[in-house]
Amino acid sequence: MEKKTGAQILVESLLKENVEVVFGLPGGQALPIFDAMHGSKLNFILTRHEQAASHMADGYARSTGKPGVCIVTSGPGATNIVTGLATAYMDSVPMIAISGQVATSVIGQDAFQEADTIGITRPITKHNFLVKDVKDLAKTIKEAFYIATTGRPGPVLVDVPFDVQRSVCEFAYPEKVEIRSYKPNYNGHIGQIKKAAEVINKSERPVLYVGTGVVVSNAEDEILELSKKANIPVTNTLLAIGAYPCNTNLSLGMLGMHGTYCANKAVQSADVVIAVGARFDDRCTGKVCDFARKAKIIHVDIDPAAISKIVDVDIPVVGDAKTILKEMVCLVDRKERKNWIKTVDAWKEEHPLSYERNDDNLHPQYVIEKISELTKGEAIITTEVGQHQMWSAQYYKAKRSRLFLSSGGLGTMGFGYPAAIGAKFGNPNKEVIAVAGDGSFQMNMQEMAVAVLNSVDVKVVILNNQYLGNVRQWQEMFYGKRYSHSCLAKRKECPKWCNTPNRDACPVYVPDFVKWAESYGVLGIRVTEKKDVEPALKKMFETKGSAVIDMWVEIEENIFPMVPAGASLDDMITRMNG
Amino acid sequence: MRHPVSVLVENKSGVLARISALFAARGFNIASLCVSETEDAAISRMTIVVKGNEAILEQVTKQLNKLVDVIKVNDFKDIGYIEKELALIKINTVNKISRDEIIRLTGVFRAKIIDVSPDSVIVEISGDENKLNAFMKAVLPYGLKETCKTGVSVLCRGNSGKVK
Ligand SMILES: Cc1ncc(C[n+]2csc(CCOP(=O)(O)OP(=O)(O)O)c2C)c(N)n1
Ligand SMILES: [Mg+2]
Repeated sequence: MEKKTGAQILVESLLKENVEVVFGLPGGQALPIFDAMHGSKLNFILTRHEQAASHMADGYARSTGKPGVCIVTSGPGATNIVTGLATAYMDSVPMIAISGQVATSVIGQDAFQEADTIGITRPITKHNFLVKDVKDLAKTIKEAFYIATTGRPGPVLVDVPFDVQRSVCEFAYPEKVEIRSYKPNYNGHIGQIKKAAEVINKSERPVLYVGTGVVVSNAEDEILELSKKANIPVTNTLLAIGAYPCNTNLSLGMLGMHGTYCANKAVQSADVVIAVGARFDDRCTGKVCDFARKAKIIHVDIDPAAISKIVDVDIPVVGDAKTILKEMVCLVDRKERKNWIKTVDAWKEEHPLSYERNDDNLHPQYVIEKISELTKGEAIITTEVGQHQMWSAQYYKAKRSRLFLSSGGLGTMGFGYPAAIGAKFGNPNKEVIAVAGDGSFQMNMQEMAVAVLNSVDVKVVILNNQYLGNVRQWQEMFYGKRYSHSCLAKRKECPKWCNTPNRDACPVYVPDFVKWAESYGVLGIRVTEKKDVEPALKKMFETKGSAVIDMWVEIEENIFPMVPAGASLDDMITRMNG
Repeated sequence: MRHPVSVLVENKSGVLARISALFAARGFNIASLCVSETEDAAISRMTIVVKGNEAILEQVTKQLNKLVDVIKVNDFKDIGYIEKELALIKINTVNKISRDEIIRLTGVFRAKIIDVSPDSVIVEISGDENKLNAFMKAVLPYGLKETCKTGVSVLCRGNSGKVK
């Protein structure tokens, strides 16, 4: 058998796993790995910040369903991916992170660039490994990919000490994995499936509540079939946007804090809620004890620990969503449920998603509607975190799943732009648009260098409201309009406490995103008026290469509907003062 | 409520940290924790006494099962089990009367005196929580100097706890 160094084994193993692209940044304790890459077939993309590398791997994974990979050095390299791991962990994204580590002989001695990477990342990874012997390396990589991509997916970190990278051993990539302590269960219990079907058949007001699990198991068709056969309205989580076609009459849209009126109403009035691959996040449930009070809860999930963690479940079905739904569809009666559908339709009409469409002001929602229209919902949209994220969720009509990528569980500002770059690597033929908040974008905008240098054509639309807008909205609504440290235009010269923002009177916004884009040789457009939105977007789409539009939107626009944090879904605020 | 939970894990470094970190991060309370190798050197057994209601116990077992290094979790629901804990207890014996009384109590509780010093003795006692508490209470008036408990060890009766 061939002898190879640990570093070579690592690179070869990634190629054996058919890894198309790896994101990362080198450093002392990872140099043998980078040396082994030199001249190899591995497609490595040098990022400007390790956090961005982890989000790129994440965006690649979310958009393709394949595991994303990043490689960083020890110490600060590893600590810089902590946010990316936590983001991926919360949203069940398959990811492999490989970190360099100081040599085994000095671990624990506070060596240069030593950090307890395993200890730090333990609670934010599905699993992690410290490889102490080069003989274990290939097997560990195989296991890492297996763990990351099976069951409920998640990030796995492999920490590889310097001496292990340099040691030599025989290399054979294992064909199979067998981990006695890790055996995800895919087949649902047939008795439970029957019970669930019976409850659905007896129900008059059922609602399907669809989460990421449906996307992970490719169960979109099964959900569609089930909902159509039994006439069950469907609401989705933020992460499952596009999993259910939004143009059909059974689609309720998103649920929860900024969900639609009809989705929240339907859940609260339902006699059965069928949660599939969703985890009852507090942003979805509102006040838990009031959530779907009248409903029996059926929960289909591959993660047993997700069952009854937050809401008591009446009928749990543990297993793969697609497998279970296939059986469930057969057992569920065809039923019209005319009254229920009529009620739901009435809610849709009572309070559709709305904003002031009739004035000339540049409302952020309008921008998203236009993007949706021009791309026909077929582009990949990523978001940062904040108001622009919620408007994107509400107004972008994604045609399929994996087209709307957003950090849901962790709510990570700085996620969207690198995730868009990662997504583009996985989908070179799709239009990829990063919808950014002006605040969040500044957390990882340095990655434009990566987009430009690699000719990765990612469009950026900044909804510039000169605020950490989401924070400002909460301050306006719940903190007496005291805009404490949420204004991004505030200068030393400004009055100490200001709650009267006004673009004309406020200091000049920095940075000038247009000039900034130009400094990368990229098209930059500023839009300050509604009439210029569509032409600017068209120009952007016609442009080859990256492009940035700085949209100066209404600065005090708010997201509605809104369920205040901790309130029940019944207590939706559909508009200001109303 | 207290529930013993027996966890068979891969005998690797870092596994104890994984488990204790899980309890800390999820806000579960541990009353006692006892770790040792099993008859199979590749497997360790952790016996954890969890404080909390049924719902918490359910989450604890599920979350433990989710850890990749956890092979099997047994919460002894509806199965018979044996529970024992060993305690070493150092008690004041400043005068003869108290020493005699402690020797008598030690006999009553079927405990053992394993060390005698001029002004104290060390008693070894094993049993379930109730027995240990009762003994402590009985000797408390003489002055407990120091105690050390091993944590609860539990095995189920018969075959229901074996790894397949
Ligand atoms: C890393 C990080 N820090 C802080 C927050 C809290 N936070 C949530 S939304 C938000 C404001 C985001 O501002 P911007 O990107 O401009 O978006 P907008 O709400 O204005 O659309 C902040 C600070 C967060 N989600 N992530
Ligand atoms: Mg903003």
